[in-house]
Amino acid sequence: MYSVSKYIHIENGIIFENGKQIVDSNTTDFSEFIKQVYRNFEHIYPKFYKMDDLCKLAYIASELVLKDETEKDIALLFSNNEGSLDTDNKHQQSIQNSNAYFPSPAVFVYTLPNIAIGEVSIRHQLKSESAFFIASEYQTDYMHKYTEHLLRTNKAKKVLCGWVHCLNGAYKACFYLVETNGILEHNNQNIKQITK
Amino acid sequence: MAVYIHSSNCISPLGFTTKDNFQALLSGRSAIEKIFINDAIGTIYAGTINNQLFDAHFQSIDTHFNGSQIEKLLIAALYSVIKEHPVKPDSVLIFSTTKGNISALAANQLNDAFIPKTIHNINTYFGFKTEPVVISNACVSGVMALSIAKRLIESGAFSNAFVVAADELTPFVISGFQSFQAMSNEVCKPYDKNRNGINLGEAAAAVYVSDTFSANAITIAGEANINDANHISGPSRTGEGLVLSIEKALKEAQKTTTDIDYISAHGTATLYNDEMEAIAFNRMQLQNVPLNSLKAYYGHTLGASGLLESIVAIESLKTNTLVPSLGFKEQGTSQSINIITKQEQKLLKTILKTASGFGGSNSAIVLTKNK
Amino acid sequence: MEALKKELKERIINVLNLEDITVDDIQDTDALFGDGLGLDSIDALELIVLLDKEYGIKLADPKQGKEIFQSIETMAQYIAQNRTKL
Repeated sequence: MYSVSKYIHIENGIIFENGKQIVDSNTTDFSEFIKQVYRNFEHIYPKFYKMDDLCKLAYIASELVLKDETEKDIALLFSNNEGSLDTDNKHQQSIQNSNAYFPSPAVFVYTLPNIAIGEVSIRHQLKSESAFFIASEYQTDYMHKYTEHLLRTNKAKKVLCGWVHCLNGAYKACFYLVETNGILEHNNQNIKQITK
Repeated sequence: MAVYIHSSNCISPLGFTTKDNFQALLSGRSAIEKIFINDAIGTIYAGTINNQLFDAHFQSIDTHFNGSQIEKLLIAALYSVIKEHPVKPDSVLIFSTTKGNISALAANQLNDAFIPKTIHNINTYFGFKTEPVVISNACVSGVMALSIAKRLIESGAFSNAFVVAADELTPFVISGFQSFQAMSNEVCKPYDKNRNGINLGEAAAAVYVSDTFSANAITIAGEANINDANHISGPSRTGEGLVLSIEKALKEAQKTTTDIDYISAHGTATLYNDEMEAIAFNRMQLQNVPLNSLKAYYGHTLGASGLLESIVAIESLKTNTLVPSLGFKEQGTSQSINIITKQEQKLLKTILKTASGFGGSNSAIVLTKNK
Repeated sequence: MEALKKELKERIINVLNLEDITVDDIQDTDALFGDGLGLDSIDALELIVLLDKEYGIKLADPKQGKEIFQSIETMAQYIAQNRTKL
């Protein structure tokens, strides 16, 4: 019924697009890696540098999938197992010691995982359906059903699904776009492969 | 196929049953009080659940359970709902929260702060056979969870769902909102001319949702969750996402604005949120519909707010009662809206619940009576 | 005062993650908000924390920020007059 038209995998400094390697950076540090990828884009988006690591990863993964996309009614369904714990830890550190107590608004604003959705919505001007899910691992079953339901009921024309994990320097992003026509059938088996 | 909300339960400073909560609201009780948090934060106005009272209540449910406080809140919220509607093999647990067990970070227990861990404990406790669905989408999570429950049931993934929501009042969250200069130094005043910020709160709430008809149940007639695509922490000045959410929810419910009898809005009492809502409701021609915010009764209960407030809205719907919007005295938004100032009986058939949150999120849900 | 202004520029670039901007890019009288450096509401709140953390200045009313944060010049003047940390 529906198909995956594009999928991106980002892990260990390597980026795959539709299963083919497109970036191999040799960089082990996430911060360095993600900024390198950003600087290779043709556009500039100053807000990128303000984002926390989770949002930077979601931004880059979405940018790669939505590169030549003109559709605006794209639902964003992102998920991970850690929520915003990467930034939560930073915020906690800033308030842990009452003698050096300086909570930062720029950090606190990122202590919600759905901000990653917000950043992508703003960048691509997507006034669309979205939701941030949390699960110990990618939930192929209900993600598949929920995605197709949004498309079938016309609550979205396309759906961008993404597993976006970023915690203490470890990171992994598996993003895929679902729509009527594509290169892979949108079924549980293929989703499991894409999000491995 | 239609999807219905059947039973509910609320755990809040105003009571440990839906009935007690609603009675407290009708008697004008507010949970907001002045409390001392710690040396760094000092004293704030917030809604907080009395630990002794809750512990005693929890003992009547389980004398052995020894998990985290938020797990106890979740169990207490779900307990009576599950007693009435036992868990089936194809039941799913849907959890709405912004921070989960975040207080574990302060105690340096990072592993306990992972939300999947918290919810799996609850899943196992009640004998669910399916993987839980967790929504963490800022302050719209509670309303969004209802919309996702409806969609998952409609899709055939499940025939019934237990939607539960909870967030605690923690130094983690308080310190953050203080850094935003967003906290009021008194009981908050949603939509009021002199409003100056939020009160925080804590609560847990649960409902049973299924595709089985019952005359007493409430139909989730329409819903939508549309992003502003404007700013990550401030709402769209034109209320873009909220307008689109309400429009789509109404369209799905096959209702028009004239069908809406009452609006349970978000009303956090910040300058920007309340102004945005007033603009959005005016754009939708809803400025004359009786409207309230419950934030001065409970404080902003974050991930619990959407569900807790929906449950209260349903009680209003069922009893045909309009609850005053506490904290409001004088119009404080550039465009006027019809704030409920005194308790009133009014025949209610169709209501609208909205929520807005960080990340530009918005959710709208249309609820109708079956009889 | 010159040292303070330079220090301010460095700190602002650091704290607000203005990675593509150097100290030389910021003129003393450039508008920080609006058209100039294009800072936003979260940045304004962050500058209030900066005043406290680095210079020991606690603003009685956050709205004072609007006047103080107009430019590096106005910020430096305010800090020089009100700092409690050296």
